[in-house]
Amino acid sequence: MIEGYKRYNDPRDTSGCGLVGFINRDGKRVDGSNIIKSLCLMKDRGNGLGAGFAAYGIYPDMADYYAIHVMMDKPEVKPHVEHVLYKFFNVHREEEIPTRQNPNIKNPPVFWRYFVEPKNECLLQGEEQDGLVVRAVMSVNNNVSGAYVISSGKNMGAFKGVGEPADIADFFNIEDYKAYIWMGHTRFPTNTPGWWGGAHPFTILDWAIVHNGEITSYGTNRAFLEMYGYKCTLLTDTEVVAYALDYLLRQQKMPLRAAFYALASPFWKDIDMESAEDREFAEALKAIRIQYGPLLLNGPFAILFGWRNGLVGFNDRIKLRPLFAGEKDETLYMASEEATIREICAKPDRLWMPRAGEPVIGMLKEGA
Amino acid sequence: MKVIKLEENAVDIDAASVHYRDLNEEINRVVNEGAKYIIIRNVNGQRFIGAGLQGDDIRIDIHGVAGNDLAVFMDGPTIEVFDNAQDGVGNTMNAGKVYIHGHAGDVCGYGMRGGSLFVLGDVGYRVGIHMKAYMGKTPVLVVGGTAGHFLGEYMAGGIIVLLGIEKRAGQRIAGDYLGTGMHGGTIFVRGEVDNRRVGKEVGIEKLDENDNLVLKRELSEFSRVFHLSYDEVMSEPFVKLFPKTHRPYGPMYNSRWSWQRGG
Repeated sequence: MIEGYKRYNDPRDTSGCGLVGFINRDGKRVDGSNIIKSLCLMKDRGNGLGAGFAAYGIYPDMADYYAIHVMMDKPEVKPHVEHVLYKFFNVHREEEIPTRQNPNIKNPPVFWRYFVEPKNECLLQGEEQDGLVVRAVMSVNNNVSGAYVISSGKNMGAFKGVGEPADIADFFNIEDYKAYIWMGHTRFPTNTPGWWGGAHPFTILDWAIVHNGEITSYGTNRAFLEMYGYKCTLLTDTEVVAYALDYLLRQQKMPLRAAFYALASPFWKDIDMESAEDREFAEALKAIRIQYGPLLLNGPFAILFGWRNGLVGFNDRIKLRPLFAGEKDETLYMASEEATIREICAKPDRLWMPRAGEPVIGMLKEGA
Repeated sequence: MKVIKLEENAVDIDAASVHYRDLNEEINRVVNEGAKYIIIRNVNGQRFIGAGLQGDDIRIDIHGVAGNDLAVFMDGPTIEVFDNAQDGVGNTMNAGKVYIHGHAGDVCGYGMRGGSLFVLGDVGYRVGIHMKAYMGKTPVLVVGGTAGHFLGEYMAGGIIVLLGIEKRAGQRIAGDYLGTGMHGGTIFVRGEVDNRRVGKEVGIEKLDENDNLVLKRELSEFSRVFHLSYDEVMSEPFVKLFPKTHRPYGPMYNSRWSWQRGG
């Protein structure tokens, strides 16, 4: 819950966000040096008011426990966070997230991580463990003043804050983590404040989102999601995308592609045209658009979406924000600029500009 | 940044890990000192190369990925990129030539008002939007591959040629909203266009003699620059897209004015 968050109002250059992500489909883990290098190439797309990383596979020894990353405005908040967490969970281990002194990072919040297991007696009728974790996260974010859960999945974590990509990476020791999926973001805040909680990625469970653009349908999306218990507390439009995907994929158990057709549904005229070629597909598109209309994302966006099994990149329906993809052996790369990919993969096997509204999907291989 | 003077008027710049501001300052500096031929190596995403640069006798070779807004406001020089280019190539360019041996991203040729931009590969979305011609200036944009949505949107003048030479099976040569809002200029497409994807302000017809002369002129140069066979480039028929009216939205305003006048 937000309490007088610090505003960063000094003048900044005008630009647009930058995002990058890659997945090794064999599940091979690499350290953070490449994600840092590629994100730093796009330094000029952001303005130092937010940078962050999401990494999958970083806690192999604790892979059975949910890793709850908590950001706290001050150490005094900690007992209040734990009051909630210990009610929902058996806490297996807790520790401060290691951070380094960095001259450009001023007055950072405190970061703590808890490796937890949901208490069976806290489960509601028919509720699965994931559902309980979402409830616990919403409870902290909504009720504990000055504390925010920034990630809550197994064997993954989010690291984010106010600063340039290189400084945030240095602050969190990003190069020391090893992951098979890496996501990075540098922010140029437009219509919402630049603050520590507003940096990307936005996550719930192990779903993580980085985003360039604006979700102009935020109000509609938020109103719909609130009916299902999601509370938007981070003052930024991107937050709804994480919850929308949790709702569609986990709660509604929709196939991946169908979920993206709900968020970036084809225009009615395109559905009509499709209907002449593949009637059944067109009917499915129509049904998705009607049923999940309130989750349709309007406005310009390029989004990367990660979870334990994959990484997806997708655009708004008329591609109002840049997205580029590349592939080398078993690694799929996506970024706002081609140069970002080439910086860490000089000779990709394939390079392409994804089409608007068509998700690019990189899945972890079975058993990897 | 390593800068080597090769001979009289020729300079070699190593742009590896150089910030775009430093690189562009260096380009301006060597041009002011009289350089006419500049080779830039290890470019990777540096923006604004050639921005506002003047001088018909200046030539720049770029090795690596040219960053956003290559040749923005450029006024005369020739830039050849032996790799891919990102978004916004030739933004509001006034004169000169840009040749790209790979593909180029979104919004290339935006508001271009003169000179030529040749891309051997595909281009992204919103390419050639609001190109314009004025007095003796006619911008020319030739794309060897395919284009995304909104090619030539709000086009006010100039020439766009879309070749689709290496399109994959089932791939459309142009995206949706082709020429939407077009009120000047000409788009030539090699092969067929899907009528449903063309803006309603656009007419489609066969080429006349003058059109064939324009195509011959531009595509001979295109073939020469990229070492293609001119006959092969011309081996398929073209269609011509033209604006049905020069003021597609005129009636909207007319009716309002007449309403205000009580008419």
